[in-house]
Amino acid sequence: MTSVLTVQEVRINEEIDIVHVRQAVREVAVSIGFSLVEQTKLVTAASELARNTRVHGHGGEAKIDLEKADDGTTTLRLVFTDNGPGIADVELALTDGYSSAGGLGLGLSGARRLADEFDLRTAPGEGTTVSVGFRARKPARG
Amino acid sequence: MSATSVVELQDVLLVTIQGELTDEDAMALQEELTTNVARSSARGVLIDVSGLDLVDSFLARTLHDIAGASALLAAETVVVGMRPEVAITLVELGLTLPGLGTALTVADGLDRLNGSARRR
Repeated sequence: MTSVLTVQEVRINEEIDIVHVRQAVREVAVSIGFSLVEQTKLVTAASELARNTRVHGHGGEAKIDLEKADDGTTTLRLVFTDNGPGIADVELALTDGYSSAGGLGLGLSGARRLADEFDLRTAPGEGTTVSVGFRARKPARG
Repeated sequence: MSATSVVELQDVLLVTIQGELTDEDAMALQEELTTNVARSSARGVLIDVSGLDLVDSFLARTLHDIAGASALLAAETVVVGMRPEVAITLVELGLTLPGLGTALTVADGLDRLNGSARRR
């Protein structure tokens, strides 16, 4: 059994909300003892995905979950949900350098590389949910 | 939330970025800096990012674009002081920023800009 605890929820509407997501993710990552490099990867992935939620999904929500497995390992999971237009061609959207908004096209593919676990659920007209998981290298205390 | 300062040091613009930049802040910086390069006829732009704990793809592209626009205005750009964890993350993200000059410290960056100015 894995226990899941949602520690923070952040609405993403305005541009400043991307900063709010970064700060919330940093706070949680620090609290469970992620190293500086891991924190930076987490916050960077969060920044990319929050921007996608705002720009492509026309706003939505970020959820920060802590999952504790029976073996004592902790996974920090970020779930970004929007009710935007969805992604018609997932494979294309995950291709490095592909951008539908004039960006670098590294948001989704880059976040996938930074994370230990990646999941994307989307359909045209049904919004998008992206989830990335980062495993804590050592068991978190408390 | 962010503090950006631009100081003219002889013919080099020394830019210091600190804190949390929104995408809008990054775009405003690019515009301000490029205008500044043209107005001051600067030969070099030194961007100190040691105060940044995060450089995502948007900010990386902005740095790249600043360097590109500055080059068109005859100024060389050097990014200095990137934190190691930021460098590791950028590479994993897929951004190695080829063509962007880098140095570890402001002093090294100035040396590099002065050296290339002398070679002209």
